[in-house]
Amino acid sequence: MADFDTPEYRKYRDIPKLEEGTMSDSAPFIAKPVFQGPLGFPGELVENWQEVAIDKMGDLLGKYRGLQVYLDSCVKCGACTDKCHYFIGTKDPKNMPVGRQDLLRSVYRRYFTFAGKYFPKLVGAKDLTKEVLDDWYSYFHQCSQCRRCSVYCPYGIDTAEISMAAREILDTVGIGQKYCNEIIGKVYTIGNNLGLPKRALRDTLLDLEEEIEEETGLPIKLPLDVKGADILLVTPSADFFAEPHIDGLIGYAKVFHEAGVNWTLSSHASEAGNFGMFIGSYENMQDVAMRVRQAAEDLGVKRIVHGECGHAWRIAYSFWNTLIGPWDFLDQNYPIPQHICEYTWDLIENNKLNFDKSENDHRVMTFHDSCNVARATRMGDKPGGQFEIPRNVIKAVCNHYYEMDPETTKEGTYCCGGGGGLLTDDLMEIRVKGALPRMEALNEVVEDHGVTNMAAICAICKSQFSKVLPYYKMPMDMIVSVHQLVGDALILTGSKEALEALEAAESSEE
Amino acid sequence: MAIEIGGKSIETDEEGYLVDLSDWTEEIALELAKSESLEMDEPRWEVVNFLREYYDEYQIAPAVRVLTKAIGKKLGKDKGNSKYLYELFPYGPGKQACKIAGLPKPTGCI
Repeated sequence: MADFDTPEYRKYRDIPKLEEGTMSDSAPFIAKPVFQGPLGFPGELVENWQEVAIDKMGDLLGKYRGLQVYLDSCVKCGACTDKCHYFIGTKDPKNMPVGRQDLLRSVYRRYFTFAGKYFPKLVGAKDLTKEVLDDWYSYFHQCSQCRRCSVYCPYGIDTAEISMAAREILDTVGIGQKYCNEIIGKVYTIGNNLGLPKRALRDTLLDLEEEIEEETGLPIKLPLDVKGADILLVTPSADFFAEPHIDGLIGYAKVFHEAGVNWTLSSHASEAGNFGMFIGSYENMQDVAMRVRQAAEDLGVKRIVHGECGHAWRIAYSFWNTLIGPWDFLDQNYPIPQHICEYTWDLIENNKLNFDKSENDHRVMTFHDSCNVARATRMGDKPGGQFEIPRNVIKAVCNHYYEMDPETTKEGTYCCGGGGGLLTDDLMEIRVKGALPRMEALNEVVEDHGVTNMAAICAICKSQFSKVLPYYKMPMDMIVSVHQLVGDALILTGSKEALEALEAAESSEE
Repeated sequence: MAIEIGGKSIETDEEGYLVDLSDWTEEIALELAKSESLEMDEPRWEVVNFLREYYDEYQIAPAVRVLTKAIGKKLGKDKGNSKYLYELFPYGPGKQACKIAGLPKPTGCI
């Protein structure tokens, strides 16, 4: 493991004593020119970067009124200071939400406000120097854009918007982040974040079908590019590749099979994720999202269902209409878009699925609310549906379920520590340290209730936890997909298990 | 970055992955394994060779499930699971074994 210390669990959850500069050396790899070009950004730092950066800031202030309000309205009340998981884990004052915002705010004041132009020292205004630019690169890649701080800010200042703007400015002057920008390029050339070509995807799905048939005795399909299917499922490409994600994918397939619907995946839109949002680039976000619309039109589907992906659900739920709408060609009788948890819960409510909950009896469950789902979306037709529906699904398929500390769940949920484009090995220190508050809350329910597993509905959360749990001395496979639980408990009509259960029931009646 | 082998310099990226796949030789694999503090025994070679074959056909590393199944077939069913693969490659079979096999690092939400 790496050369830093995993933070200790805190005895008292008070505000950490500040330690300046603990994370000033943290910065992700910079994108090479080859990753910058396809996204429309200069390959390296442009000569007149200062001018370009200020111009870009002006452009963003004009486009996004929210950004200007956020930069203007902070009154330094301090409510946000201890709300960021990265601050709690690192004690670095520039990781306090207000500290992070001030990195951009001080430059905004210098170039865009009267007081800052003429009396910079009086109002904390700063020139945009190379040092400031480097600080931006470092600390705006220590924010997962999870928006927890904005819940506690009396003005609702959204640090994520500020982070996104900062990253957009950095990209515009030629300093992009390798992890995000390489991935967006792969979506353009191959169709997904992984770079999984169509043939590999098809053969992986066939392999999985074989495995499911061995287990269940049923020809459960993972259809690809089926024209005229009713439902298009878009899901993070990690669902085709990683664990525990792939067990979630198998769960979706079992649910669709049992519901008897005609569904398909798409090789053109083999990615629900959209890193265009992380880098704050509207144009790239739109180009990535457009692939889903195109696939839906080409395949002639009536509905779009989203697999377990946090930020994709935000983009679909909150941005799709203006980004790539209107959706007049889809069936208006169903939610557009629909989340897989909504879909499954609807079937459960209508008694269309039967479960043997004892299949999950070896698990004592808790649920991690993913930040983007919790604070930027809803599910179903009631407020709070994004909290209740995934929990309802878990409780319908598991006998043992416990909540973590309510200060760490629902709208107050802590980020897993790897969101917003930080899920890369070169940022492992900030990822491990930022996971502290979630690990503390998880450890509590492990000790108090014997919780064995935590479920999540986000590919990033699942990968991040698999990686950081061992740092906190918990097993990596504690984290599971919600639809893995569903798939394990679902009684499939005509399956080996269902037939055995039927026979057992008949013989006991005799 | 680069690694030196037999007086030749082989280019790698920031994280030590080969830049040019065709540079790969078994000797380089040994060197890459050394940088990861791993000894290349027979099971590790099985994994590395399978990764290279799979990549040759599909231009990507296999899904973890595909890899575990293949290793289970080759080394026995009790070894066809990700726990065993993590014993071989503690930093993750996908990433660490890919590096030694000379393949690019898998990207995405993994």
